[in-house]
Amino acid sequence: MKNNLQFDFTVTKATKTVIITREFDAELSLVWDAFTKQEILDQWTAPAPWVSKTKYMNFIVGGKRFYAMVSPEGQERWLIQEFTSISPKTNFKMLNAFADKDENAELPGSEWDYNFSEQNGITKVSITIFNESFDRMEQLLEGFQQGFTMTLNILENLLAILSKRQ
Amino acid sequence: METRRDAFQAIADPTRRAILLLIAAQSMTPNTIAEEFHTSRQAVSKHIQILTECELVKQEKKGREIYYHINGNKINEIDKWVEQFKKILETQFAQLDKVLLTLKKQKNEK
Repeated sequence: MKNNLQFDFTVTKATKTVIITREFDAELSLVWDAFTKQEILDQWTAPAPWVSKTKYMNFIVGGKRFYAMVSPEGQERWLIQEFTSISPKTNFKMLNAFADKDENAELPGSEWDYNFSEQNGITKVSITIFNESFDRMEQLLEGFQQGFTMTLNILENLLAILSKRQ
Repeated sequence: METRRDAFQAIADPTRRAILLLIAAQSMTPNTIAEEFHTSRQAVSKHIQILTECELVKQEKKGREIYYHINGNKINEIDKWVEQFKKILETQFAQLDKVLLTLKKQKNEK
């Protein structure tokens, strides 16, 4: 496997935007499937030892994926995603939100914009996350990193104040 | 094992986060900090002590008063927290790399 695959991660706190770019050593159609088919998504979208369990997924505009990240102890964190735009093998957009087990979304969610392109057998995926709530991110991280309860929100505020003072 | 307060524990408390925000804007004395909260002066002192112990805030003596201000270097350390989010993504993508490798193999075998 190639080790020189690009991975960029940028957080713009002021606009609450996260931009992620990652290359994958596989052809476009395969990577597209990995991001849009439930049986493949469930194999990688939860960081081990958590597992992803998709209850249903309907990859059409207006369709939804309702899934849980499940801890080894059986703790479930539900998420709901609604697909708002799909251009096959090029781009798709979705609204992402935490939810309870009865599919009630905790709004407002964040908007995820995925772009796919292939060059010489390497597929580049660019993800832009808009209106990401750092509180929400913290909730997610809290699940994965026990004892890590610091909020990005406070960091955001502090850094804003500190940068103004300089 | 030595038990030591770390910055993340310190910042997990909402009152301490509020104190940090307050003194990030301007350095303050313990009294002026306490006035901002509906808790006792002692409780606020305890919070300030914890923040000082883990070096998130620094003391400075001006005349007879002690002023507390934020320790910028330590705060930048917390920026590393962003790295944690990045690491989770890296984990997910590394998992995806493996999945893709398997899928490619399966495809070639067909």
